[in-house]
Amino acid sequence: MTTQDPRPESLPQRVLESLQRDELPPRDDRGRMRLVMNNLILHLHPSKVSKRALKFTYTWGLGGLALLLLAMLVATGVMLMFVYTPTPEQAYNDMLALRTDVYFGQLIRNLHHWSGNLLLVVVFLHLLRVFYTSGFRTPREFNWVLGISLLLLVVAANFTGYLLPWDQLAYWAVTVGSSLLSYIPFVGEGLSRLILGGPEVGAATLTNFYGLHVAIIPLTLMGIASFHIWRVRKDTLTIPRDVDEERPARVEKVTTLPHLVAREFVFALVMIALILLWASWVDAPLEAAANPDHSPNPAKAAWYFMGLQELLLHFHPVFGAIVVPALALVGLGVLPYLRFDMDGEGIWFRSRKGRQMALVGAITGLIATPILVLLDEYVIDWPSLMPRLPTIISNGWIPLAALLLLLIGYYAAAKRVFKATACETRQSLFTLLVVAFVVLTVIGIAFRGEGMALMWPWEVLS
Amino acid sequence: MTEQKRTESVTKAVEQPERVSRRDFLKLAWGAAGTLALLEAGGVALTFLSPRVAEGEFGSVFTAGAVEDFPPGSVTAFNNGRFYLVRMEDGGFLALYRKCTHLGCAVPWDQAVGQFVCPCHGSVFETDGQVLNPPAPRPLDRFPVLIEDGQVKVDTGTVIERDHASPDDLVYA
Repeated sequence: MTTQDPRPESLPQRVLESLQRDELPPRDDRGRMRLVMNNLILHLHPSKVSKRALKFTYTWGLGGLALLLLAMLVATGVMLMFVYTPTPEQAYNDMLALRTDVYFGQLIRNLHHWSGNLLLVVVFLHLLRVFYTSGFRTPREFNWVLGISLLLLVVAANFTGYLLPWDQLAYWAVTVGSSLLSYIPFVGEGLSRLILGGPEVGAATLTNFYGLHVAIIPLTLMGIASFHIWRVRKDTLTIPRDVDEERPARVEKVTTLPHLVAREFVFALVMIALILLWASWVDAPLEAAANPDHSPNPAKAAWYFMGLQELLLHFHPVFGAIVVPALALVGLGVLPYLRFDMDGEGIWFRSRKGRQMALVGAITGLIATPILVLLDEYVIDWPSLMPRLPTIISNGWIPLAALLLLLIGYYAAAKRVFKATACETRQSLFTLLVVAFVVLTVIGIAFRGEGMALMWPWEVLS
Repeated sequence: MTEQKRTESVTKAVEQPERVSRRDFLKLAWGAAGTLALLEAGGVALTFLSPRVAEGEFGSVFTAGAVEDFPPGSVTAFNNGRFYLVRMEDGGFLALYRKCTHLGCAVPWDQAVGQFVCPCHGSVFETDGQVLNPPAPRPLDRFPVLIEDGQVKVDTGTVIERDHASPDDLVYA
């Protein structure tokens, strides 16, 4: 008895069919949806999306851009791995060789450097976008938490990568950054030694950071990112609304292919072009080779830690490096689990009142932060006011309590004056804190010069 | 299971509340074995990654030189040993770890003003390591100084943290 083989007649066609099962190109919507369903990469998408969710000025394509940057970082990072040796003797020479000996070496390093820095900015903006459109409401609470863990991983990837060029910038930024860890009570000293592989930044640190940067962090990042995107699909997309609009009863849906995929493709191409242009013109910084005997003046941490470093100048290190960031992180993680008393999902800044209050928060942060920095720098000297107390209380608990009281006061006052909901008031306070953080970062980058003294940006540069 | 049997088994369970079924026991045993394996793997990984101490480098005992080589009121830098050998005006020796107690920068000695001034965040220390200007939370750490046969030796393997600089920290020839 002969059995009938149902597959195509010719061998090449049988190979092709085993690779791509669906008809290509698809003839109808059903075929397009099936193609998305059955394709490993396209499967990250739902097969249909609501038409309104495609609006560019709603998402600004930030999540997709983060993914694109991740892909570019992996591609350029793997290339760099072939021309780089993570030892103190060789690392810096390899950086120089990228400039002079390796074809396209500087371009690939620039692309990697700028994509990494841009990724930090993009994930931060993505977080803001989701917050300001209430994208973390039920059932999306946990995906917000996943997003925050991704943000931390991106910071860790940037920080470990910062050391690899082994120049002065790298060496001292990592020295300062890892010293922050040693202030964690009880385990800090051990943790710092484990990460550095010894008492100070050296050959063992370079090995450790290299392993973390090229293997551990990227793998974890890709795993959690996949989880994050899968969750977005499972939780469905939020629908953008105008400020006074009710939730639509019915939403018009379109097939992901081509409506979403085509937009993503075009956006990705434009962004790649812009990043290439930038990376061709602006070189990644490289200072003199690392010298453990000589700290540069001023020794600044990486730019994304400058807000933290600015805090350190005003608080006892335990507070600047540990307590305040930990409070901020816990607060961020808890946000979606707080009680909602209004439905602002899909509306920028929740409501008309929400928009006014966010503006008030932003202006307050913009004005109050520099004033507090100046006050603490030139007028108030907490330790000398309370000479008997240890500085951890006089320059830690007391100013922190004062600051928290101010913030609680702001919350209560804003809620009363505007007769606002908790969601709107929370948003106003969140805006204040975000603006304060950005202002601190800018002060740290542009207004701190020799000896970390306050000065004008043109004096910092000279 | 018949109604009667079920009642019987329920009564049994009530009468002997401590009896663990074979299924529960195995579940518990396998769960415990799995947890133990995980903890062991974690322990091995952590120990594997623990820092190795390099011999003969920073961390060993340095011979700085003869006592007479260091006049009273002098500060001498030892880059390999990461320390300053301070000889106070009264002749007492003190070895200060050059790592800033604030955030770990290398603190240079400023001969002109006679102070240690950290370039990173502006901490200032006196000759004996005492904090003159925060943000440093405590004086510069010190290493034990040994004087044997007129030779000054510094044990960089032992970092001594202190809340206040004290004359007891000084070692005399």
